[in-house]
Amino acid sequence: MTPEVANHWYPVAMVSGIQAPRKTLLLGQDITLGGTSGALWVKDAQGASLPVVERFGHLWTSPGQPTRDLFTIPEADSAGRQLVDVGSVRVKCSPLRAVENFLDIAHFPFVHTDILGAEPHTEVDRYDVQIRQDVDEVWATKVKFFQPQAAKSAEGGITTEYMYRVPAPTCAVLYKTCPPRPGEWDVITLFVQPLTEEWCEVWPWMALYDDESTMAEMVSFQQLIFMQDRSILENQVPRKLPLDPGMEAPTQADMTSVAYRRWLKKIGYSYGAQLVAA
Amino acid sequence: MILYDYVLSASCYKIRLMASLLGTPLTLKAVNFHPAREHKSPEMLALNPAGTLPVLVDDDLILTDSGEMLRHLTKAHPEWRGEDAQWFDFAQTLNATLGTARLHDILNYPADIDTARRDGVMCLRSLEERLTEQRFNGSGFITGNRPTIADIAVFPNTALAPDGGVSLDPYPSIRLWLRAIRSLLGFIEMPGIHRMHELIAAPDYSS
Repeated sequence: MTPEVANHWYPVAMVSGIQAPRKTLLLGQDITLGGTSGALWVKDAQGASLPVVERFGHLWTSPGQPTRDLFTIPEADSAGRQLVDVGSVRVKCSPLRAVENFLDIAHFPFVHTDILGAEPHTEVDRYDVQIRQDVDEVWATKVKFFQPQAAKSAEGGITTEYMYRVPAPTCAVLYKTCPPRPGEWDVITLFVQPLTEEWCEVWPWMALYDDESTMAEMVSFQQLIFMQDRSILENQVPRKLPLDPGMEAPTQADMTSVAYRRWLKKIGYSYGAQLVAA
Repeated sequence: MILYDYVLSASCYKIRLMASLLGTPLTLKAVNFHPAREHKSPEMLALNPAGTLPVLVDDDLILTDSGEMLRHLTKAHPEWRGEDAQWFDFAQTLNATLGTARLHDILNYPADIDTARRDGVMCLRSLEERLTEQRFNGSGFITGNRPTIADIAVFPNTALAPDGGVSLDPYPSIRLWLRAIRSLLGFIEMPGIHRMHELIAAPDYSS
């Protein structure tokens, strides 16, 4: 494992879900985790302690020496939000494919029909994408899309505005128009634990303004959306995410994906990636 | 009628689907099965001591067996009734095999995954044989030439087999039958079981 891969923070558990110590995989290697909130620990296969951070309701660790702190989401700290532990879903796909799918808008009418999109409203308008040098993150802004039911709290169709952020190679944060609170952003994240290069555990987490829905309804909504993606993700080829342009022909709607792949290549992130043009 | 429901449960979907096909309104109460294990909460155990989902409440009647729920929903719809007991048993075996493989693969539930998949494949082979015989006899469904609660009981865990790592590619009769059910008026989807986009009228792009 190269330092470019090892020296990142990775989610490995939901803090509220940790009972007895348990084993899992991180980047193809066995790790063991346990403890209680405030005193959580992770050990590698040789029994050596790995660094830990507890944030966003999840336990994070790194098999290497992270060069910077785990990212923050200041918006998620504001009062009155519901912090939603969605739990995890395992998917047989590259962790990078899982992130890329989360960044894609164009599939909404076809995979999340009548929820996040609907025909004939399939066009993705031009939006802004940049690799922000100061923070070394990928950002897409001014993304607008028509949605029949944008969130559990949404009644009827609305044009939703989005911002996408990739603060770490296997994590993505989505900021979206908040139906009950115009002017605020709902925060929806996808934290991906790479089990192997073609198998991952996905931990969605949300910080929403929603006084109407029960916690179970918010969890169900997000699990419904992610499970609609799962069968698609498990059938994508090539299995690993190609970082070089090849047979795939990106369109304007794929600008975020293009920037994400370019950024992965720039930072030398090769785990779950295909480096030969496909 | 109130259905205590979990969005990813094949058994809960069975009831949502049946109600939708009949046009019977259901009030859904989301239960946080994963990750919060709310089906084992004191409130849910008071309703159903077995701690399973779904639970269907119709006034004073509380049903916890999905086969009984299908019978209850269709009691005024004789066209949906037929030989069902052996198929409810079969649906339970599917749930214990393909359903277990699915929970293992998606939610990391402990299971003997090789056994679950192998026994699931045996179920699919026997269903394929049944449906092929039915086709030879001119019937497209499990018990006759129209769908009954036997089909609805067996449909979800069959259609969701790929979620547990079991392919449906080798079973042409099953695939045709799945397509027939997905084509029914009032059909609703669940994650892993997609709607038939090709049956929806072409969208109007003129405006």
